[in-house]
Amino acid sequence: MKVDLKAVEEACKELYIRAVKILPPDIKDGFARLDKTETDATGKSVLGTMILNIKVAEDTNNLLCQDTGIPIYNVVIGRGLEVDGHALKQAIAAGCARATREHPLRSSVVHPVTRKNEHTSCGRLVPVINIDFSDEQDVLSIEMIPKGSGSENNSWLKMAIPADGVDAVKTFVIDCVLEAGGKTCPPTIVGVGVGGTADLCVHLSKVAATRPLGSHCTDPEGAKLESELSAVVNKLGVGPQGLGGDSTSFAVHVETAATHITMNPVAVNMQCHSARRARAIFTPQGLSYGF
Amino acid sequence: MTHYDFNMPVSEADVRKVKVNDTVTLNQTLYGIRDATLIHMFDRGRTTRFDLKGHAVIHTAPNVKWVGETVAHPSGYAPICIGTTTSARMERFTRPLMEQYGVRIVIGKGGLFAASQAAFKDLGGVYLAIIGGAAALETTWVEQIEDVDLDDLNPESLWKFRVRGFGPLLVAMDSHGGNLYTEVNDAARDKRASVLAALGVKT
Repeated sequence: MKVDLKAVEEACKELYIRAVKILPPDIKDGFARLDKTETDATGKSVLGTMILNIKVAEDTNNLLCQDTGIPIYNVVIGRGLEVDGHALKQAIAAGCARATREHPLRSSVVHPVTRKNEHTSCGRLVPVINIDFSDEQDVLSIEMIPKGSGSENNSWLKMAIPADGVDAVKTFVIDCVLEAGGKTCPPTIVGVGVGGTADLCVHLSKVAATRPLGSHCTDPEGAKLESELSAVVNKLGVGPQGLGGDSTSFAVHVETAATHITMNPVAVNMQCHSARRARAIFTPQGLSYGF
Repeated sequence: MTHYDFNMPVSEADVRKVKVNDTVTLNQTLYGIRDATLIHMFDRGRTTRFDLKGHAVIHTAPNVKWVGETVAHPSGYAPICIGTTTSARMERFTRPLMEQYGVRIVIGKGGLFAASQAAFKDLGGVYLAIIGGAAALETTWVEQIEDVDLDDLNPESLWKFRVRGFGPLLVAMDSHGGNLYTEVNDAARDKRASVLAALGVKT
């Protein structure tokens, strides 16, 4: 299949706009689940406002949250695709800039030193474009994630040592949730990276934080860890918006990678309750949108 | 728990009445302010032509659309989506905003810290918690962007909004030392040991 770059640009524009307006069904289900079990009056009221906001955004065709985030595009290239990789990246950035100008969306992206805003949501190495490959025939998948700053500002890496074992991982995750308090816009998805190099570990924590609710780590050890942590994180009482309650997190997600004999890295990245994602899939049959 | 409707601006006596867990709804004027606005006002010597005395500021940078100045849009900007950012980054600006500009109310999400708590107590102010990420709803409480200053910092300009029924917002920090975030955080830290024990962590 030959990739039509004009169609990719258009889809990347559409993806940004869809992502900021429509919450994925797994997150809506997550809200329904938390709403049923929340026992704190303030927590219940805060969740109610969040659930109402999802409806208002849909009814008024508006953004769920004013933070348009840092745009991230996760590209997965299947087998048999004919594509100019450099031009693909340019098409993605062009679509991102067009969404910002044409909708318009607030450009939340600035140069890190001058703080200059190009008003395109683009800049050096932004949008973030991650490219991976799959063994699926003739499929191009592009996932768009507008990563809000409230949650992204709560990111941590600890290069623990092997002697500290998995206890270091568990302790670090709980301490990060306490440190984040209400700053991350809870209820959150707590993303945990375990292993790898420092940069891979942080990247994995982001992958974990942005995975759909109900998905599990494909490493059984990671899955066990996420199940253990998910079972206790809501006993801390941080609650929605850090104002108290049971609903601190939808879930804790873990991703793992092999690491060095001397290393025991753990990273935490959080996704806020506005856990936005959108996906476009190109096949020979055409283009479809989803989550 | 008492509910207050404030027609902005308000007096020191008005905000001193308000206590943690009360609720407040704002009407009329609300100013939008955040990182770059405050950095330029307090670190780079810039000033605003707006009179913020007795007013409320919200930690925000809205999505807007330039439509040109009309009766409906006197600033030239139409609101698209107005929401609230994390207040923690703005901590050191609470006192100067209150001392130099007479601000009485700070609206944000996630709460502020000890320096702001002291400023609220010394000078008479409150922090109102809005639900972060509920911007579509919040936008329905904003009637108009009346005016804008320091707009070279767009979207982190100093925005003057006209609001109606902006709330109810929960009083999370008051002028009597009350702080809902501290209460919740302290209680959560008290549970740390039992949560780690449940995870089988040896301490």
